[in-house]
Amino acid sequence: MSGVASAFATPAISAEHLTKRFGETVVVDDLSFTVARGEIVGFLGPNGAGKTTTLGMLLGLLNPTRGAVRLLGLPMPEERQRILAHVNFTSPYVSLPGNLTVGENLAVFARLYGVAGARERIARLLERFGLTAMRDRAAGRLSSGEGTRLGLVKALLNDPDVLFLDEPTASLDPDSADRVRQVLREIRTERTMTLFYTSHNMQEVERLSDRILFLHRGRLLADGTPGDVLRRFERDTLERMFLDLAREEESAWTR
Amino acid sequence: MDALAAAAPPLRHGLSGGRILAMLQRQLYLYRRSLIRSLEIVYWPLMDLLVWGFLSVYVATLRGGAGAIAFLLGGMILWDLFFRAQQAISVSFLEDIWTRNLINVFVSPISTAEFLCATMLLGVIKVVVIGALLGALALVFYAFNIFHYGLPLLPFILNLIAAAWGMGIITTALILRFGQGAEALAWAVAFLFQPFSAVFYPVAVLPPAVQRIAWLLPTTHAFEGMRAVLAGRPLPWAHVAWAVVTNAVLFAIAIGVFAWVMRIARDQGLLLRSEGW
Repeated sequence: MSGVASAFATPAISAEHLTKRFGETVVVDDLSFTVARGEIVGFLGPNGAGKTTTLGMLLGLLNPTRGAVRLLGLPMPEERQRILAHVNFTSPYVSLPGNLTVGENLAVFARLYGVAGARERIARLLERFGLTAMRDRAAGRLSSGEGTRLGLVKALLNDPDVLFLDEPTASLDPDSADRVRQVLREIRTERTMTLFYTSHNMQEVERLSDRILFLHRGRLLADGTPGDVLRRFERDTLERMFLDLAREEESAWTR
Repeated sequence: MDALAAAAPPLRHGLSGGRILAMLQRQLYLYRRSLIRSLEIVYWPLMDLLVWGFLSVYVATLRGGAGAIAFLLGGMILWDLFFRAQQAISVSFLEDIWTRNLINVFVSPISTAEFLCATMLLGVIKVVVIGALLGALALVFYAFNIFHYGLPLLPFILNLIAAAWGMGIITTALILRFGQGAEALAWAVAFLFQPFSAVFYPVAVLPPAVQRIAWLLPTTHAFEGMRAVLAGRPLPWAHVAWAVVTNAVLFAIAIGVFAWVMRIARDQGLLLRSEGW
């Protein structure tokens, strides 16, 4: 197999027996999955299911208690720098420095990622996300929706092979959210980019994802296409499944 | 060939000038954007200079106080250079916590060493700006020309910058370990060492037990050496050598502490918690 062919055969993301304990609390419990190159995977679960902890381990921000992570065939965190040059991430809970302008923030991150032709790339991405007019505005003065879109522009600066998105449409109005989903679909068809994202918008997940991973109390409850998962759990919608799980959790608390 | 190498152009290993420059650029943009922040660089040193300058003028009028201006102003200027260089490192880190940008930085390919290098370079830039400003103002207001002492002071200034880097890295590690609640350390840690560093008085005035502690600090050797130069004595190479040795030890401890705290941060999720993610 040639180098390039083997590159595409290698999973974009591989988690093996990933476990994270904080003291006596097991937040992620023996989680194993792989994500193929070019797949769009929705990573779901109620609050406290372990999604953020898992994302932290995948991004090298958090060491697993047990298990291993490989991104693009390389071990994290041993090859952290090589991996992260080809990966990016955004979350509405993480922001860019509000006292810098949109353009300054993007210039800094373009340099951090060693983006060639940064000026043109920034201009193209700003246009794609409808932020060209905001270029000279302080990032802290953007609306929450504009801030979310700026985070996405930052996340696409280095044309990543793997893009981690934490609730990418959380603070967007329906129109903006739809545009973002459209852009993500377009980008995926333009090049082989793997999208791994969390969302609480179940309709969005059904529409966007090739596959979903459903996390519950730190364990992988379901792994398959949205249709497969719904058939297996005998639910009409992911939202119904999500609500049933969350309420089961609630009744467990009140018992 | 591994998969990533096949799919992507090879990456540079080791320290990347581009990434260091990116972090430095981020800090410099902050100063360009904020007049208050820029003025803050000169405000405190200027206030210190005025207070210590007038005090020096007064002490110089007292019997036996002829050399006071050089010693007090020299001590004040060099202390300010040390303090600002130390502060530059920890405040740069705090900037990323305050703006919830730390995760963006740590999921980029920047290494911890590159991140620290950028903050250390920012310290050097601040030292150059503040040093030039204070030197010029001391000349205008008090006819004290620190530039006149020229090269013999340079080894001590460089050692103070190195000591500031070491203490700045340790302070940053403490802020990472104990969270934003420990941010006061960015301003406080340097002053913990000030009484022992003999900034404004010779080490000989300290009690003997304290002197033994004082000689373990690179800052003490730097300020003792400075006084010798300002007194017109030959360059005290022994103080230069001891400052270099103690700085090497301090820097090794600082790197060790930072690496240890980064490991704790990655084990306990401190990077995630620092931004409430």
